[in-house]
Amino acid sequence: MANTYQLDIVTPEGLVFSEPIEHLRAPGIEGSFGVLVGHTPFMTSLTIGKVDLMQNNKQRALATSGGFIEVNPDRAVILAETAEFVEDIDLDRAEAALQRAKDRIEGKQLDTDLNRAQVSLGRAVNRISIARMTR
Amino acid sequence: MPSLKQIKRRITSVKSTQQITRAMKMVAAAKLRRAQENIIKARPYSFKLRDLIKDLSGRCDRSQHPLLAVRDTKEIGVVVVTADRGFCGSFNTNIIKRAVKEIESFEEIDPTIQMMTIGKKGSDYFKKRGYNVLQEHNQLFNDLHFGVATAIGESLIDFYVQEKLDRIYLIYNEFKSAIQQNIVVEQLLPIVPEESEEEECGIDFLYEPDALTVLSNILPLYINMQMWRVFLESNAAEHGARMTAMENATNNAIELIDSLTLQYNKARQSKITTELLEVVSGAEGMK
Repeated sequence: MANTYQLDIVTPEGLVFSEPIEHLRAPGIEGSFGVLVGHTPFMTSLTIGKVDLMQNNKQRALATSGGFIEVNPDRAVILAETAEFVEDIDLDRAEAALQRAKDRIEGKQLDTDLNRAQVSLGRAVNRISIARMTR
Repeated sequence: MPSLKQIKRRITSVKSTQQITRAMKMVAAAKLRRAQENIIKARPYSFKLRDLIKDLSGRCDRSQHPLLAVRDTKEIGVVVVTADRGFCGSFNTNIIKRAVKEIESFEEIDPTIQMMTIGKKGSDYFKKRGYNVLQEHNQLFNDLHFGVATAIGESLIDFYVQEKLDRIYLIYNEFKSAIQQNIVVEQLLPIVPEESEEEECGIDFLYEPDALTVLSNILPLYINMQMWRVFLESNAAEHGARMTAMENATNNAIELIDSLTLQYNKARQSKITTELLEVVSGAEGMK
């Protein structure tokens, strides 16, 4: 099939996905963008958000928390810190993480790293909203 | 010559030691398998990241980025990765010895040495001997995940960017095979990008927003990934070392039991002989 390209999604904890797909939509740092086969070589950072991909006319969604994407005409590679398919998201864990992050921000102890707490808050919110939206 | 009872007691005690070492060997083998799997899983990411950095750093001016720029070296940070627990042969001793040697060799340029110790064994050693221990991280191998590596990587980057440390070295055990570990000394910061061999290929990449920004996002990630890889390597190496050490201990115990059993039988035999002689000579005297 000429209208597909290879997509690899890798995280530090392993290869998450490596299959040909038709279309991909990813949250770039300067806005969301789509990639079809034959895209010009392109590279950017990703933010926390949702990656949609179209495979055999079926849509699948992943939650990612930042990383990079490298696009070539015949293949694309996503290097993500984490990437989970919607069906694999552990909602309980995400809610617990959300609560933890909230506590840390509100508790504001001197040694709390506010930036890090906010990032983990963002990650948790992202996971939860994606999981709720698509389930 | 120890008495029969004493030998018997020693055999029992060696046997129970052997049971423990054998169990520890099994546990280490199981953990080693998991650790090895983790390394294999982390590889594609780490290779891909290295390629990207190679490409990117060729496309922009290196001195513009703080993590690539080389400074005068006044403060050296040494990160030593040891295990939390013993019973793994010379794993911890070797790495500590090597670290001490490296630190001595730095002292020629007379910088201040700051240490960060990962693993309880290293922390204990260096704190006791009055080294400057900036941070210690113990017990992190029990629950190893990428977040741990990120946290440590980020604090190292902070130290470097705030010029508390001008150069950072990593000393760790690299996993070669279950029976072999290599000690590696590596410079973590400033990052020394590998030179790309083949010259700039013609493809013009589109960077969003631009190459330098992408680079400055990717470099911290690279440091975190390095830390992650090092932890995985060291963890696998530790289990490998423990497995070998426990295997040897079990074999030694088997040998010891054999020789003790021989000794026991000999002692028993000679006791019987003496008793027999007594009986015979007693009977002789009755005549």
